[in-house]
Amino acid sequence: MWIFLRRRLLTSAISLVGVIIVVFFLARLTGSPANLYLPESATQEQIDEFNRLNGLDQPLLVQFWNFLVGAVRLDFGDSIWQRRPALDVALAAMPPTLTLAGIALGLSLVIAIIAGSIAAVYRFRFPDRAISVTTLTISSIPDFWFALVGILVFAVQLRLLPTSGYSTASAWILPTATVMLAPIGVLTQVVRGAMIDALGAGYVQNARARGFGTARLVARHALRNASLPIVSVAGDRAAGMVNGSIIVGSVFAFPGIGTVILGAVLNRDFAVIQASVFVVGVGVILVNIAVDAIYALIDPRVRVGAGKGK
Amino acid sequence: MAIDSKGARAVLLPDATVSRTGARLTLHRLLHSPSALISSGWLTLLVLVAVILPPLVETAANRQDLSLRLLPPFSLDNGPMFILGADGLGRPELLQLIVGTRTSLLVAASAVAIAAVIGFAIGLISGYFGGWVDEVLMRIADIMHTIPSLLLALAVLYVLQPSIANLIIVLAITRIPVYLRVARAQALELRERVFVESSRAVGAGDWRILRTDLAPMVLPTIRTVAMLEVASVLLAAAGLSFLGIGLQRPDVDWGMMVADGRPYLATAWWVTVFPGLVIVLTALAANLLSNWLRAAEDPSQAARFIRRPRMRKAAR
Repeated sequence: MWIFLRRRLLTSAISLVGVIIVVFFLARLTGSPANLYLPESATQEQIDEFNRLNGLDQPLLVQFWNFLVGAVRLDFGDSIWQRRPALDVALAAMPPTLTLAGIALGLSLVIAIIAGSIAAVYRFRFPDRAISVTTLTISSIPDFWFALVGILVFAVQLRLLPTSGYSTASAWILPTATVMLAPIGVLTQVVRGAMIDALGAGYVQNARARGFGTARLVARHALRNASLPIVSVAGDRAAGMVNGSIIVGSVFAFPGIGTVILGAVLNRDFAVIQASVFVVGVGVILVNIAVDAIYALIDPRVRVGAGKGK
Repeated sequence: MAIDSKGARAVLLPDATVSRTGARLTLHRLLHSPSALISSGWLTLLVLVAVILPPLVETAANRQDLSLRLLPPFSLDNGPMFILGADGLGRPELLQLIVGTRTSLLVAASAVAIAAVIGFAIGLISGYFGGWVDEVLMRIADIMHTIPSLLLALAVLYVLQPSIANLIIVLAITRIPVYLRVARAQALELRERVFVESSRAVGAGDWRILRTDLAPMVLPTIRTVAMLEVASVLLAAAGLSFLGIGLQRPDVDWGMMVADGRPYLATAWWVTVFPGLVIVLTALAANLLSNWLRAAEDPSQAARFIRRPRMRKAAR
């Protein structure tokens, strides 16, 4: 178990370092911030002064070294745009994003487990077909459009919900629904597949022969075994929640990491891009580790197998 | 004689005959599935529209007429091209959609094709040879998995400037790992099989084994994955142009049209709703069709296509 987790941690850390290096050079390729922050009439001296103040006058490799040295101490430099430490900017955006992603993923899981189980029990019959067409339709809706139509219907026409902000509970409804669009279809299909496998297993057949009802079979017996693929796909979708967060940030002005990333890219705020990617990357790794831990909790076989150095 | 030559070919080329009846069987089943039939009909219509109409209507589509600003839909007073209304600059919505169809389909199809071909080739080679190249490639795929795809696309498109070609490149890059993983996993398993061993025993080199033994076995899976990917790539492309980093005028696609309608959301819903509706219909058609095709070509699901009395729950 611990060997397994340590190995996982190590490969994740390598991935994270790789991501940060890629983003460092990618961000530098987007052009100089000086063109964006200084008026076009700026003299060469002013540009030089701006670059010197922000450490952009040094050779790229020196900048990279300074960046690495800082990054080890969790210092990603200051945001050019907001004039405060970049890591603070990124971290301040995390609570709303994590709350939104957590609620959305949790709700999606609950709905997917119920709908997927019903589809598995009534395989190839009407409920299964109806659920499959519904999930296909849901995964065919572009999230940004869903968000706009949601505003149109519930905020503009019916005046039930606000168009933006996040201070009231009702302001969370549309963003949550928007972020749920992407994971819910996949999760339902995964639950359905895993549940069909689990329901066909010998021990479930045995329980059925002993006279347990279908609902109890699904909830008590099959769900535990079906939960492994469900957990792993749910963990996989966690990284994708950032995509939803960017769209939600753009449409609802939701103050999450998506808004920060979008703003930082458009404003060539290198430090904030790097800090955000770092924070997101750490988040994704934590989710992966949590998934592994949940795996081991659910399935004793994983714990035993890990000892052999999987 | 027709029958004779057919019979002879069946003896000489059993594979070709089997796949031909397989294709005919698929076609036969298609005619009996309303949803698959409608989906393929809609997609065919879109392709025809995208190929034939844009050159004819492009000038009219981009003609701005401020007197027709935000003209409401469903009225023929200004001619049939204004049946879906006009946008904030008085451009006919219907014609914009037609020109946008070409861009959206071109971007989605090219991105899927490029990603599939590259991912297929690299994955096959990586899985077959293994070693440190394989290790490095898988780490890169892991890294790309850790970066949210939209973030990667944002950064790359910001460097490259928005254009149709760059949009295709970005989408293709972010999608390569999907095929790479699938092809690698299959190659890894297949290379241990006896038929590969026997090829090697009769003197086939690595490249020959890759080409004639592995590639044909992996290709069907890649094709299935590619079909599934069409809808999600279509949505991803629309998302990027919606954020304003995918394309630039005069190019236009459906996602950009949704973004164009955003400022008028409260006053002119049609500018936002119609392009989005077309995206939903197209993605849904692609999803339904790929779902159906996957089931139709999978022998283990053949039972679904035979009419039979309702099975009892426990029977399995």
